Amino acid sequence: MVSLAQRLPIRPDPREHRDIALMRIAGVEKTYLTRDGEEVHALRDIHLDIRAGEFISIVGPSGCGKSTLLKILAGILARSRGEITMRGRALTGPSRDLGVVFQAPVLLPWLTVLQNVMVPVKIQRANRTEGEARARELLGMVGLSGFERKYPSELSGGMQQRVGICRALVHDPAILLMDEPFGALDAMTRETMNEELQRIWSERRKTILLVTHSIPEAIHLADRVVVMTPRPGRIVEVIDVDLPRPRTLDMQNTPEFGRYAGRLRRHFHSHATFDA
Amino acid sequence: MKTRSFMGGPLLPILTGCLFFGGWEAIVRLLDIPTIVLPPPSSIVVALWGSVGSADFQWAVVVTLYEIVAGFALGALSGLILGFIIALSPLAERLLYPYVVAFQTLPKVAVAPIIVIWFGYGLNSKIIITATIAFFPLLANTIMGLRAAPPDQIDMMVSYTASRWQVFRMIRLMQALPYIFVGLDVAIVLSVIGAIVGEFVGAKAGLGYLLMQKNFNFDMAGTFAILFVLSLIGVILHAAVRLVQRRVIFWMDTTGKQSLSA
Repeated sequence: MVSLAQRLPIRPDPREHRDIALMRIAGVEKTYLTRDGEEVHALRDIHLDIRAGEFISIVGPSGCGKSTLLKILAGILARSRGEITMRGRALTGPSRDLGVVFQAPVLLPWLTVLQNVMVPVKIQRANRTEGEARARELLGMVGLSGFERKYPSELSGGMQQRVGICRALVHDPAILLMDEPFGALDAMTRETMNEELQRIWSERRKTILLVTHSIPEAIHLADRVVVMTPRPGRIVEVIDVDLPRPRTLDMQNTPEFGRYAGRLRRHFHSHATFDA
Repeated sequence: MKTRSFMGGPLLPILTGCLFFGGWEAIVRLLDIPTIVLPPPSSIVVALWGSVGSADFQWAVVVTLYEIVAGFALGALSGLILGFIIALSPLAERLLYPYVVAFQTLPKVAVAPIIVIWFGYGLNSKIIITATIAFFPLLANTIMGLRAAPPDQIDMMVSYTASRWQVFRMIRLMQALPYIFVGLDVAIVLSVIGAIVGEFVGAKAGLGYLLMQKNFNFDMAGTFAILFVLSLIGVILHAAVRLVQRRVIFWMDTTGKQSLSA
């Protein structure tokens, strides 16, 4: 069964969101040339408007291009076609308005926890005193007060990823881009991190774009879930999640949650296995 | 815990040393091997004891040590600088690297007599011979190290709007340090060989010169005593490099593996 959304590309009405879109992704494509000269569509015709303060999850099986899309938004991968605008201005590379959290924590082992969080401040030559105050505050928020002078190797995987999140927030970006940040963590730590992310989002009023391959995680955290499928990587549906906030783990057992999960899973029956 | 300290402690290498030298002593005595063929360890110790106090010997140690350290410093520094230039400039790599490799394949022992002719029988020729040997390990490891930065660390830096220079200073340079220290470690040990080769070709002082003299006089115990001193110098210099390495690259464990998967 092919849904209507699969046949029609999702194009937001430009008149409707012109004023509220913080970031607009319009017709972004990524094509690779294989060795045989064959063109592979990693991303095709991606349209998405991201409103300020919104939490968006992007979910899909491996190979659907969700990480590719995030890398393009972060400015570390070039797009083949399309426009990305941020507050109406074209985004052509890395931006100070973005904070990126990667799959691995990517901390620098020769720097202390505090120095790692300060990396964006140092790169952007921002005020050091203010930056350090914010870094300490963020570390406190994720429960890492007292770990400022430790080295990454002295921390657990979950703690390292918390440091990674603090680093992404230290320069006070408008949008937080997260590329499967909890994929390497065990299920228990992952649930704790989801709670913390929800708290950070509501306390800091950030706009968050979270790439994940976990359907419950996507629904649990998001206002809108963007569903992507591979070959070619494209958006097949955008689902509004109308569950009340703050959301608790118990909600995952409610029929409403189950309906959302069911609706998402429909898209993946013919595709690779999913952990859910 | 007990087995660990037993395994890690100095006991085991001392044990093999005792067995080796004890066996050597026993074989020489039992088979009545002439000292001129193979001196027993006891006579080497006597020879060593006798020479340690002599001014000739002490001067030889100073001369050779100076040649090793100065040659190492000159060669390592040139290797480091050229390594940076080649790693940062593809043009320099195309222009220079083939000739650097060609020079490296040349046996330095064969070049040594030319260098002695050019720079004389004094210290300078030994320093330059040593430098040509210490040069390549630094060059090769610096180039490799500066290109060893993990792509995800570079992506991380770039996503926070880092410039190329910032990526170089904050990532590439730091990631090159472990490689550079491997180069230093190899180079310091090779420098001992370089200085001795230089002295063999033509010298007026030094441990290599002394070694030749003892050898010509069939003073086998004295020859072995100098060999012992040379290997002691090598071990001490190697340990010194490792000591500095552990301080500088504190985030790596002793096996050289990064202690963090991040």
